[in-house]
Amino acid sequence: MIELESIHRIFQVGEQQVHALNNINLTIKKGEYVSIMGPSGSGKSTLLNVISLLDQPSSGKYTLNNQVVTELNDDQLAQIRRKNIGFIFQFFHLIARYSAAENIEIPMILAGIPVKERKLRVEEALVDVGLQSRAYHRPDQLSGGQIQRVAIARAIIMRPQILLADEPTGNLDRRSGEEIIELIESLNQKKMTLVMITHDEILGCRAQRRIRLVDGKITQL
Amino acid sequence: MQYFDIINLAYKTVISHKLRSILTALGMVIGIASVIVLTSIGRGVHAFVLTEFTQFGTNLIAVFPGKTTTLGLSGATISTVRPLSIADAISLGELENIIAALPLVQGNARIETGKKQRRTTVLGVGAAVPEIWKIKVARGRFLPKNEQANPRAFAVLGDKLAAQLFAKTSPLGQRIRIGNDRYRVLGVMEKKGQMMGFDMDDTVYIPTAKALEMFNRESVMEIDLLYNKNTQVKAIEKQISNLLQRRHGREDFSIITQDQMLKSMDSILNILTLAVAALGGISLLVGSVGILTIMTVAVSERISEIGLLRAVGAEKAMIFKLFLSEALVLSVIGGVIGIFLGIFIVQSIKFMVPGLPVQLAWGYICTAFIISLLIGVIAGVIPAIKAARLRPLEALRSE
Repeated sequence: MIELESIHRIFQVGEQQVHALNNINLTIKKGEYVSIMGPSGSGKSTLLNVISLLDQPSSGKYTLNNQVVTELNDDQLAQIRRKNIGFIFQFFHLIARYSAAENIEIPMILAGIPVKERKLRVEEALVDVGLQSRAYHRPDQLSGGQIQRVAIARAIIMRPQILLADEPTGNLDRRSGEEIIELIESLNQKKMTLVMITHDEILGCRAQRRIRLVDGKITQL
Repeated sequence: MQYFDIINLAYKTVISHKLRSILTALGMVIGIASVIVLTSIGRGVHAFVLTEFTQFGTNLIAVFPGKTTTLGLSGATISTVRPLSIADAISLGELENIIAALPLVQGNARIETGKKQRRTTVLGVGAAVPEIWKIKVARGRFLPKNEQANPRAFAVLGDKLAAQLFAKTSPLGQRIRIGNDRYRVLGVMEKKGQMMGFDMDDTVYIPTAKALEMFNRESVMEIDLLYNKNTQVKAIEKQISNLLQRRHGREDFSIITQDQMLKSMDSILNILTLAVAALGGISLLVGSVGILTIMTVAVSERISEIGLLRAVGAEKAMIFKLFLSEALVLSVIGGVIGIFLGIFIVQSIKFMVPGLPVQLAWGYICTAFIISLLIGVIAGVIPAIKAARLRPLEALRSE
């Protein structure tokens, strides 16, 4: 479902050109569990950004669900992200003034789903991540682990096929980190494709498929 | 995304920063309220002045001696003007469609009765006062008709003057002294109140010829004419002008119709209202700058939030609409509160200072509300464009 063909991403930093991604060829099948590892500056975030359609490659071809997405415009990309991709961030990115339930609801509001259905799906999602009793708490009233659960609920609320996680446990203590990983993996078992960036060797090794990046090149598939 | 959701999100955001939103909206509240209060005063003064001027009736034409020209000196300095006389008035009164004519002289004299004396305004008039000025005689009767040229010494008192001079006793038939002459009181007028600061009740009416004698004048100050309301003012003006030119041999008089006077008064007062509205508009402008400021701050504070919204599938237009709606919600809340505050202040003024003429100007209130919407749009557009232009990836990374 994700096909990258000779993807390059070059940044201009001052006078210098930084080759963040250098001829990446990668195919990820539906339902796979892939981890991307590598030292910092190796280009793993850039790779994730390209896969998540937040960034466009400088050259190369990206096919998502048999659709070439490299030529699409900003708004078309936004619509594809909305339908197909769930994001889990290291820094959670919840909106502080909204309650847990409202944060989870946001993608559905953007998609124009009617209120009734939204309420139903938010309730289900809260049950799925085990936060039924925290629906009306704001992020500042929740623990780190709970916040990331809300973020996961938000990521899956549009029922995407792909879940992209960028260091999802990077800001959590060990115990809640473990719980979060288990939750994310359980979603993968429900046939959701999972791509996760991590520093953590132990975490990365849990994936069926490990990709290692060094200096913008894939060194291990 | 549905419009209801956009407004709802914007509303939630606005009320989540309570103090900040209140302070921002306060600018609008003050602006709108001041527009309403100022225009209400303007409109009130307008209505007040117009009723003051129409209380004498509307089918009036006044003829004054002297011609207003843009060149030369006024008729008072070099007397080449043939003054208006009682005979002119009589002759004008005989014109077709002229119902009554009133030669007017005004002055100030001492009035005495028994031991009491008082200085007051003396109006030298004809028998047509009740008809032309729309004042009724309360007791007795007014000056007799057909005595313009050689009248008897009769006087009619204003309501206040009668009360001052005679208190509880009836003044009818009593003798009073005005200046050096003795007069017999024929009647008392009803209460009329003040007209532009001139107390209509503290006056005495005597025949024009007597007043000319008393003030040692050759001519009357003004001739008021009442015309048939079913006729054209222009035609009557022409008639009057022709007649007087025939009598005087030249155009040495000015004709002012009530219509003209009301029209020019109306336009002056409208400009007054507009001017005070513009003053209020300045405070509205200041209020809008407040919204612009707060929206600019809001965008830079929430860059990472914008990034998130873009990541989870918001198009540029949605971000634009969201931020524009926030500015709109702020300005509408401010506008609505301002309208209520303004109306409340106007009603309080009415209640506490009944003498001050205030009148709600609904046209201006509606305009003020529309302006508050426009201000929301204008103040919101630039920050909203800025928000929509942010690149999702960079926005997400900021923090």
